[in-house]
Amino acid sequence: MNLGYLGRRLLQVVPVVAGILVLTFVLIQIAPGDPIDALASEGGSEAYLDGLRADYGLDRPIPQQLGTYAGNVLQGDLGVSINKGLPVSALVRSRLQPTLLLTTTALVISTLGALVLGQLAARRPFGLFDLLLNSATLVLYALPAFWLAQIVILTVALRTGWFPVQGFTDARNQLTGVDHLLDIGRHLVLPSLVLAASEVALLARITRTGLLQEVGRDYVRTARAKGLDEPRIVSHHALRNAALPMIAIVGSRVGFLLSGAVLVETVFAWPGLGTLLVESARAQDHPVVLALVLLVSASVVLANLVTDLISAWADPRVRYR
Amino acid sequence: MVEPPARPRSTRSARRLLRSPSGVVGLGLLLTTALVALTARRLAPHNPVLLDVPPLRHPSWAYPMGTDNLGRDILSGVMLGARTAMTVAAGVALITALLGIVLGTVAAYSGHLVDDAVTRVAEVIQSVPRFFLAILLASYFGGELSNSYLILLLGATSWPFLARVVRAEALSIAQQGFVEAARSAGASSAHIIARHVVPNVLPSATVVVAVTASRVILLESSLSFLGLGDPEVISWGFLLNNAQGFLETAWWMAVFPGLAIVVAVLGLNLLGDALTDVLNPLLPRRPRLPRRRRQRITPSPSHPLTDIHSSGPR
Repeated sequence: MNLGYLGRRLLQVVPVVAGILVLTFVLIQIAPGDPIDALASEGGSEAYLDGLRADYGLDRPIPQQLGTYAGNVLQGDLGVSINKGLPVSALVRSRLQPTLLLTTTALVISTLGALVLGQLAARRPFGLFDLLLNSATLVLYALPAFWLAQIVILTVALRTGWFPVQGFTDARNQLTGVDHLLDIGRHLVLPSLVLAASEVALLARITRTGLLQEVGRDYVRTARAKGLDEPRIVSHHALRNAALPMIAIVGSRVGFLLSGAVLVETVFAWPGLGTLLVESARAQDHPVVLALVLLVSASVVLANLVTDLISAWADPRVRYR
Repeated sequence: MVEPPARPRSTRSARRLLRSPSGVVGLGLLLTTALVALTARRLAPHNPVLLDVPPLRHPSWAYPMGTDNLGRDILSGVMLGARTAMTVAAGVALITALLGIVLGTVAAYSGHLVDDAVTRVAEVIQSVPRFFLAILLASYFGGELSNSYLILLLGATSWPFLARVVRAEALSIAQQGFVEAARSAGASSAHIIARHVVPNVLPSATVVVAVTASRVILLESSLSFLGLGDPEVISWGFLLNNAQGFLETAWWMAVFPGLAIVVAVLGLNLLGDALTDVLNPLLPRRPRLPRRRRQRITPSPSHPLTDIHSSGPR
């Protein structure tokens, strides 16, 4: 990849990140309650309170405070939870793994599922399967993730008892080794499928449209003329090009995926960042909620950056635009 | 003075909308929800807040959607939930339309400085998922967010996608012949924007606003599902929050409020879908193909949902 594009794209990130930092700083400033009151509990003379303000730098001018805040955040210091008294970064780290596991699994399922379904739909445009996929996209898009989760519990889990519906591991017997991993896997099935559901239909439609566009192009005719069979043409030629819009979209869908994760985690009592967010919001633990808003925004920016770079690497037209 | 092009286009579009299946279904679903929302207070058979019916009854003639664990009528709850959902959706749609069209046009017609400023602000707003902002605000307000604040928040954060669409449209309209003609006839910029640009931007703006409204309904119900919504009114999400503890015993508590959400959201999405087809005469129709493979196929128009959700309101 040429360095010019890389540099330009990285430079674009700076103002957005700065904007997000300013926005969250403003949100901290308008947070209800004086942090000093919380620290000093009841009473305390004015001089004592002023001393505390000076200790925490709350008497300095606002721009300077913004600088301190930005510096802290960039060093990974996200503040301290009011209710739990722990650093927010430690809390986040303890809940990060389940959420990462859930979202990456959902992302893999939806991407692979979309590749398969999109190809099937593109095989006969406006055929029965294509129409089914089209309707499924519309319906899945209208389903709230938490309701789909409830319906899945109601119809599949409770009827068959095949899959546990609550938590990350079996709380009753502590398993170790391979059994432990299998246990997590069984708990992962339903939440990740639910989370993948709304993505899969949409991505499948993008695959389908992309494939149909590519199949009409000259290089496909050339491939046919030299005698390649149809599956090979699709997998070796058309799909590669059709995948480009899919790559471009995955990044911008990270926000949806994380919003969906909050709801799905809540229904399945999945001990991840989503449940941490909801617990903290209910308990009015603002520093934790703010840190999670910041992290989610950062992930959206990062995901967009990464997908843009991948697109540029995969498609020369992007970087020379 | 040059008249704006083809007024009767709107009636022609309406007729075409009513001929497309998704248009009819979408309009039907949306009108049903709106009608229920408007009449809910008068027609709801019970007060959905009072515990005035026997608890945990199966759906029956007396209670078509059953009753909940405390003795509240689900049908009445669903009807008043429509009121809440439609109020929030309409409020946000209004603010979004206003901000998006104004900022989009301003960005298109003012200098680089303003254009860049609008684009940068839009970019930052789009990087912060609205759902998380709403949760933060709920945390600030003591773990619950009243719907008027929710409307303001979502209105203030939903415009960037619309503004981008409007900006692009406005730029292309500015280069068309009739705008040139108006300018040479001595029309002021304000006149051109009000008479020519805005009316021509409205069709695509309507599509974006419809889909935004559908996402807003999902957001509102998600927030109240988490128990962080407006405690003053009944919401579909609130009903589903209640249902969470009774999935094993009372399926009807979860099924009917969820269906109501699907009806409203699907209606708006279908309408947006149909409007895209109707308002854009350049998109190819469904081709009639012989059932033979290995043939050059004109790709069908990309799905409007695809475009909007890939980069649109979050």
